[in-house]
Amino acid sequence: MKVLVPVKRVIDYNVKARVKADGSGVDLANVKMSMNPFDEIAVEEAIRLKEKGVATEIVAVSIGVKQAQETLRTALAMGADRAILVIAADDVHQDIEPLAVAKILKAVIAEEAPQLVIAGKQAIDNDMNATGQMLAALLGWSQATFASKIEISGETAQVTREIDGGLQTIEVKLPTIVTADLRLNEPRYASLPNIMKAKKKPLDEKTAADYGVDVTPRLTIVKTREPEGRKAGIKVGSVDELVTKLKEAGVV
Amino acid sequence: MAVLLLAEVMNGELGVDATAKAVAAVKPLGDVTVLCAGASARGAAATAATIEGVAKVLVAEDARYGHRLAEPTAALLAQLASNYSHIAAPATTDAKNIMPRVAALLDVMIISEVSAVIDADTFERPVYAGNAIQTVKSADSVKVMTIRSASFDAAGTGAGAPVEDATLADDPGLSSWLNDEVAASDRPELGSAKRIVSGGRAVGSKEQFAMIETLADKLGAAVGASRAAVDSGYAPNDWQVGQTGKVVAPDLYVAVGISGAIQHLAGMKDSKVIVAINKDEEAPIFQVADYGLVGDLFQIVPELTEKL
Ligand SMILES: Cc1cc2nc3c(=O)[nH]c(=O)nc-3n(C[C@H](O)[C@H](O)[C@H](O)COP(=O)(O)OP(=O)(O)OC[C@H]3O[C@@H](n4cnc5c(N)ncnc54)[C@H](O)[C@@H]3O)c2cc1C
Ligand SMILES: Nc1ncnc2c1ncn2[C@@H]1O[C@H](COP(=O)(O)O)[C@@H](O)[C@H]1O
Repeated sequence: MKVLVPVKRVIDYNVKARVKADGSGVDLANVKMSMNPFDEIAVEEAIRLKEKGVATEIVAVSIGVKQAQETLRTALAMGADRAILVIAADDVHQDIEPLAVAKILKAVIAEEAPQLVIAGKQAIDNDMNATGQMLAALLGWSQATFASKIEISGETAQVTREIDGGLQTIEVKLPTIVTADLRLNEPRYASLPNIMKAKKKPLDEKTAADYGVDVTPRLTIVKTREPEGRKAGIKVGSVDELVTKLKEAGVV
Repeated sequence: MAVLLLAEVMNGELGVDATAKAVAAVKPLGDVTVLCAGASARGAAATAATIEGVAKVLVAEDARYGHRLAEPTAALLAQLASNYSHIAAPATTDAKNIMPRVAALLDVMIISEVSAVIDADTFERPVYAGNAIQTVKSADSVKVMTIRSASFDAAGTGAGAPVEDATLADDPGLSSWLNDEVAASDRPELGSAKRIVSGGRAVGSKEQFAMIETLADKLGAAVGASRAAVDSGYAPNDWQVGQTGKVVAPDLYVAVGISGAIQHLAGMKDSKVIVAINKDEEAPIFQVADYGLVGDLFQIVPELTEKL
């Protein structure tokens, strides 16, 4: 079974995003970029499925600027077999919307015919939480979002999902789209030898135009601003003082 | 202009708080029709009809809408879409599962986690873990969106709206439900609680997490957790507060043994009063706390529980 994993290049999760003074967006020039953390989890899950003999080949796909090549190399170093880079922007500040990403992925899937797609639940830059669901809709496939456990058996997958009240397990028909939540696994680090080996693994380069997909955004970003600030309050010296303050504030 | 709002229905009951907050958010956009879908949904529909500002309630009661599977509910919404300019839902895990699928079926973008409605096409939403707020203008014919409940006050009680049956849509039959592991609790829900006590990695074990729960019970509060506490198995997944967990804005948020990573702050920094208990006086949580107490949680929490 072939598994496709879409991986996005995003601001590193340790970096605090800074809004540009002119309100035009978040400053991404000279900022550390990494693979979206949920996508590392997705890649890891695909590798584990391969180690179990369930998956036969893992194809990583990234859509965006050419620098996303680095993200794909990371996926290859972790253990993906092949990568496809779809160049859809030349400015690092241009984010490709989930709908356009889903359309491109649909076209890639038409060529690659995977039985399983494991995406991340959410990109930590635009916080959309949408691409997997949109892709499933465009393909008319089943979907299993926010996965904390995946088991493949025959023509179906059983997926445990993190939901508001706890956990839910569903069975979905293959082919399917799963999106990875935090508790699915703990992703491995790529070892140095594997990083070297990854340099030789195949990485195809395409463009959005190759797939005939228009990536013009449907949502125009009118402006980007900082959230209302919150200033630090006071330190209290004792539990008694804390209780007094909370009573004064009327919250206990 | 008219809005179709997918209500939060769980086991036949309306998630009143989340739904009423979403109604308040979308009311300025036009007449609001609330859709209650579920294996049992009539009770929820009757409750939804009493929310102020609701013009009509549609019920889709059928086994195919049970267990909150995405595919049949998305098909239903897509079928009903042509009568509406906006399709919305409170940003619960169910809606986050369903609404992007609806948007793609209609070939429009999803507008996730709307925190303010500017006009019929323009909305604010937080990005980058809440470190930036974007104003976006949609060029799509119909706007499909989820509403960040914590950013809105709930609509009150109204005169009562008419309830009608919706025409059901075909079930694509792609998935089926196996089981739920949902713990029943007498505590308030995280999303609607006025007070929340959250514990972090420093609490140290599942057993010791009981200390956080005791303090919460003393305050009549809901219990939350950091990702580290959930990952370590001290607390269940649905207690996680943060960028990728629940977003809350209670009157009182008490963070115990939580460092205050940006991903955690994203879920609680709009709380009215924040209390931080942490032994490291440099912990970033103190930068957002109204009242900070530096010290060992294992001494402070029992003492606080006793003195409240
Ligand atoms: C993709 C992604 C998504 C994430 N989403 C979320 C999310 O939604 N929510 C979330 O919370 N995190 C999230 N995180 C994780 C986040 O980055 C932090 O790792 C996490 O919040 C840390 O949890 P913590 O504060 O409990 O643990 P730590 O950072 O380990 O902090 C423990 C704190 O306890 C204090 N302490 C230790 N002992 C004591 C004591 N005896 N008494 C008092 N204080 C003590 C320490 O000084 C420290 O400040 C996410 C991370 C990623 C990569
Ligand atoms: N530009 C992209 N390239 C590759 N994968 C993407 C891209 N955008 C989103 N994805 C995938 O979709 C998931 C959810 O992203 P989003 O819907 O933007 O929150 C991510 O975790 C990735 O797996």
